[in-house]
Amino acid sequence: MRLSIPLAVSVGAIVIAAACGGGQPAPPPEPAIDSAVIRDSIARTETARVAQEDSILRAQEAAERIVAEKRADSLEIIARETERVRNTFTAHIHFDFDKSNIRSEDAAILDQKIAIMEANPALTITITGHCDERGSDEYNLALGNRRALAAMQYVTARGIAPERITTASRGEEDPVDSGHNEDAWSQNRRDEFMITAGGQSLRAPSGM
Amino acid sequence: MKARFGLLMVLVAAGGRQALAQDSVPPAERVIRVGITYTPGVRPGMLVLGGPRVQQLDSVRAILARDLDYSDRFEMITLPAEDNLALGIAEPADTNSGGTWSGTFVNYGLYAALGADYAVHVTLTRDSVLRVVVYDVRGEGVRREFAIPQRDLPPPDFRLAVHRISDAVVRVTTGTPGTAATRLLLLQLGRVYRVDSDGADLVPVSPAGAKTFSPVWGPAGRSVAYTEFGGGGGRVYIQDVSSGARRLVAPTARHLNYTPAFSPDGRWLAFSRSSSDGTDIYTYDITADCCLQRLTVGRFSDNLSPTYSPDGRRIAFVSTRPGLPQIYVMTADGTGQELLAPFDYGMTGSSNAPEWSPDGLHLAFHRDVAGSPQVFVMDVATRTVRQLTSAGRNEDPAWGPDGRHLAFVSNRTGNRQIWIIDLDTGRVRQLTRLGDARLPAWSPRID
Repeated sequence: MRLSIPLAVSVGAIVIAAACGGGQPAPPPEPAIDSAVIRDSIARTETARVAQEDSILRAQEAAERIVAEKRADSLEIIARETERVRNTFTAHIHFDFDKSNIRSEDAAILDQKIAIMEANPALTITITGHCDERGSDEYNLALGNRRALAAMQYVTARGIAPERITTASRGEEDPVDSGHNEDAWSQNRRDEFMITAGGQSLRAPSGM
Repeated sequence: MKARFGLLMVLVAAGGRQALAQDSVPPAERVIRVGITYTPGVRPGMLVLGGPRVQQLDSVRAILARDLDYSDRFEMITLPAEDNLALGIAEPADTNSGGTWSGTFVNYGLYAALGADYAVHVTLTRDSVLRVVVYDVRGEGVRREFAIPQRDLPPPDFRLAVHRISDAVVRVTTGTPGTAATRLLLLQLGRVYRVDSDGADLVPVSPAGAKTFSPVWGPAGRSVAYTEFGGGGGRVYIQDVSSGARRLVAPTARHLNYTPAFSPDGRWLAFSRSSSDGTDIYTYDITADCCLQRLTVGRFSDNLSPTYSPDGRRIAFVSTRPGLPQIYVMTADGTGQELLAPFDYGMTGSSNAPEWSPDGLHLAFHRDVAGSPQVFVMDVATRTVRQLTSAGRNEDPAWGPDGRHLAFVSNRTGNRQIWIIDLDTGRVRQLTRLGDARLPAWSPRID
């Protein structure tokens, strides 16, 4: 602080000092001069000092806000990316009636899942096979299991560690479409892909 | 019906005879008679007599008449209510508590003219004993009396008690007990329920909210087993019917385990397991709680849906080793696996859900015919198969304890319901009228 400055220093100098001051200034020494002009000048100086402090605070807050927004934006970008990758990853593949072989149009979908699993080494998943209502209720659990295994074999044959995959079957017990026509049945004959761990933030593989 | 009533009055005028019954073994049963009650194609006539209009008696008569009808062993003789009332046996003034029916007027001539071989009369004595008398119309005597104190017929068990009387009536008239005092398990919207053999009293069995599958009865019908889905797998639980307490079958805590089947002695539980090894059949000693055994090693085929033969020595099951699922058999230790139900390669459709009959002579299953499953029965000795159904989808047959009735699932009236077919007469009746019912299992007789 500039306590050493003589009282003779001009009011302007005090204003500058206040402007340069960082923290709480010590109370100015009570002037011994009984002059209305000087008292008025001191009051104005104090007002200016407070205004200056406010503006510094505002500037700091603004800066912090910008940083926070930028961080949120990047989190949002990561979250959006994760969501996009997850949606691609959880896309169903479908099967012909009473069949468990991977259809050629579904191979591309599985290739995408392989790329995602390669780009996200912590990802572990469950593949669940499902059937339409037409087959035998009991047999459909075995058929659903075959369908899950078919997808698992496809991805492990292409380098994904089998430890990262578990398989399950629900037979015809969990249809996505409860209708009784080929439209519904073709949707229900499917494998579902569920992320069991490592899916908090997902990186998109190159080219996706 | 008027013409018939006219005849009835004439016969009443002609007079009947008096039933004589001195003790609990009525005269008609003192002589062993063979072959009088069953001639193929001709069933004995059965008449359930009317009587005093008391509410409980009316329900007993109704349940009894329906049970006897559902046994498919009689030509039921039904008359309009008023005519039926007129047939009733008047209780003589001197017959009261504990008394015999000697002195009662029984119009055998009339019943015989109506085509009855047997007549059943239901009364409540003054000391509140429910009395059911079976008259042998041709033999003109009391075939058997059943007396049950009314206090032994509390509301929850009332229907089952009447079903037991029905089964006893079938036994004393045909030599074989009926199957009225039995229950069926079924799956409705993922939950296991049980229902009486006449379709009444639907009661949930598995816990609310649990998603379950493949219910089955344990020996003597005291326990049930079923799969509960969860955590990507399926666990098998054994549940006590009366207490509701249940226990997990330990090795089914992992993987997807389903279609449990008790060995006839209740010691072993066979089941299907689907895992990354495929689907195969395992057994577990549920008495000693040990010794999981894998009976099939499918590799490129699936093996599932085990069913024990009644002697416990063989297990029939489904295998996809021919490409499509077909019915196979093995000894209970897994050796000697071979095709059981013949099929034409490339012609015969998938065959599934086998169940061995209680007498061991037959195997029921369903087989795809032109895209729809139909119920088949195979004679195990000759390996000849017979198709029983053709209308709509008909699947998952389950034997009744008499070995002549099968419960199965059919969508012939729209949605899936449980139906029952009598193999001797071909008669079919609808058991359930629910939103959706499937996977039936039929209990043994409940003592």
